[in-house]
Amino acid sequence: MSAHAAAVARHTPRHRSRAARRLQRFGSHTLIYGALLLWAFISLFPIYWTITTSFKVAVDVTQGHLVPWLDFEPKWRGWRALGLSPQMLTMSSPSRDEFLLRFGNSVVAAVGAAVVAVVIGSLAAYGLARFEYRFGPWRNKDISFFFLSQLILPPVVLALPFLILYKELVLLDTKLGLIMVYTLMVLPIVIWIMRDQFMAIPYELEQAAYVDGATTWGAFLRIVLPIALPGMTAAFILSVILCWNEYFFAALLTSTDAKTLPVMVASQTGSQGIDWWTMAALSTAAILPLVLIGIFLERYIVKGLTAGAIK
Amino acid sequence: MSTGSLSSPTVLAASRAVSRAARGRALILIASLLLAALCVTQVLHNLGVVGAGFADWRPIALAYLLWALALGRGLVLVRRERGHRALFLLPALLFTLAMVIFPTVFGLYIAATDWNLSSLTGVHFNVLGNFTTMLHDAFFWTALGNMVWYVLSVLAQYAIAFGLALLLNAEIRARKFFRVVFLLPFMLSPVAVSWMIGKSIMEYRFGPAATLARLLGWETPAFFATPWVARASIMAMDSWMWIPFVMVLLLAGLQALPHEVAESAKVDGANPWQAFWKITFPLMLPVSVTAVILRIIFELKLADIVINVTAGGPGGATDTVSSFIYREYRDRSNVGYGTMLAEFYLIIIIVFVSILLSVVSRWLRRVT
Repeated sequence: MSAHAAAVARHTPRHRSRAARRLQRFGSHTLIYGALLLWAFISLFPIYWTITTSFKVAVDVTQGHLVPWLDFEPKWRGWRALGLSPQMLTMSSPSRDEFLLRFGNSVVAAVGAAVVAVVIGSLAAYGLARFEYRFGPWRNKDISFFFLSQLILPPVVLALPFLILYKELVLLDTKLGLIMVYTLMVLPIVIWIMRDQFMAIPYELEQAAYVDGATTWGAFLRIVLPIALPGMTAAFILSVILCWNEYFFAALLTSTDAKTLPVMVASQTGSQGIDWWTMAALSTAAILPLVLIGIFLERYIVKGLTAGAIK
Repeated sequence: MSTGSLSSPTVLAASRAVSRAARGRALILIASLLLAALCVTQVLHNLGVVGAGFADWRPIALAYLLWALALGRGLVLVRRERGHRALFLLPALLFTLAMVIFPTVFGLYIAATDWNLSSLTGVHFNVLGNFTTMLHDAFFWTALGNMVWYVLSVLAQYAIAFGLALLLNAEIRARKFFRVVFLLPFMLSPVAVSWMIGKSIMEYRFGPAATLARLLGWETPAFFATPWVARASIMAMDSWMWIPFVMVLLLAGLQALPHEVAESAKVDGANPWQAFWKITFPLMLPVSVTAVILRIIFELKLADIVINVTAGGPGGATDTVSSFIYREYRDRSNVGYGTMLAEFYLIIIIVFVSILLSVVSRWLRRVT
């Protein structure tokens, strides 16, 4: 009897608090999902706007139509100006040739620089993670700092000397020149990511290989490299993104031959009275590869960004 | 007799090792001498002292590459195992040295001249002239003052990013979807964003942001006409692109926090607000500091969107140092003066970042 009363006494407030808690949880859920959806809207709207605007005509732009098929009929006008609409694909189009040339330049510069940076950066990072170096007073720590300190160099400091240097080396307006600058730009980041990756691999693996008669390089290539591959992929993807988006050096060091996509986009933005649909189509084409990379390779990007920064 | 038969292979091996080391040293020496000779010849050729030489410096770059190969081979011969180990570091080190040392040294020289690409009178030393011009250049100092505001905006970005990281770390559905969506702005090229947001969404007549602002009661939504509004608009765009970066770092930090910490806070009966300030925030300080400092370092290079959206206007109100110097090169071909500004800015950055690092690390040590 008394036990029952106690149970009831215990039960009632808990019951009330459960309802209150449910209400509270409902409230906080609404708040959380509201905030999430708001930021998702903020993140996505510019991308949505750009893609839909590339299918608009003048009236849709001036009247501020937003939703395709509902308040405007999608047209291929913007893409036709780029020579990329379905019916233009079979015809020859100088603007498409121009676009593809710039697109190709961007691919070559970004991928080329990322490959070089990942190769020489990984080697250096492995050396710094495993061996003791001494160049006069310089130890591993100083060498690592030297590489990392390149990060704070603003491009403007290097830009002009590079302009002169490249003129002397006949590297102005060449893809090779761009690849070299971009390699320099992403090398510190690659070394930072990869040093962290190599340090996470236990040294015993290599020691076992040495016992079996492997050389330093043999152990690195056969044992360590396969394990470090995900980290290298992350460094590679991050490098490609950074190089693909780079504008400052490309604008100064390239003109007719090696001009990249961002420079082309920027030169179109500058001209007055450019059609929005054409600009939107161009911007869409410039960001689409990255949006796809972001959707499918998000894991690697996050891995690359957080390596080294988080212990 | 027996000792002789024992020692002779050792002696042979030793003498072979010595000759191997000697060969390595000779290789390095010859390669270095060749490279130095080529460089000197080319300098003299350019000065017009000797006739022999190349039309441009490309062969010298090639010679540097060959020299690097010889150096690597020589090191292996001389040092064996330690030489092999050095081979890991050498490519990156030689590449960075070649690409950074020359521009820095040469940059100092350019900065000391009145070099103008469109002038016909040639190059003269003009250190004092450049310096006094800089002291009286109101636009440069405005740009430098703007950098203070841009750097301060990093704190706002940090606050928003922390909020988003907490949201993503909560028990939510479709976490993967939100994570990918929140990261997307970071991936986009600043130039494309300049058009997408700056030149179309924020456009005065037809842009949706302007339409929205009109609906909310701002009758003349000109985002780039008055100094403070323009600066805030640039900051908003810049934040839009960079908040994901800070968010990713903070989220990784949150996920690395031990679970027991949050549990113990719940048991203690602390409400979420208290739990955040008493437990999560202090534990996140190291990650926060890393994220904010990295972000400040990147913010100091801000240029692309300013160049493409406002070109520094109105009246230099949105100029960053980088975009200002960019226009000095591009529009006025003022190479000497622009480089002087760039070197001066670099010194400011180095001093600022070192002070920041030492203050922050001392503060962190005291707090934790």
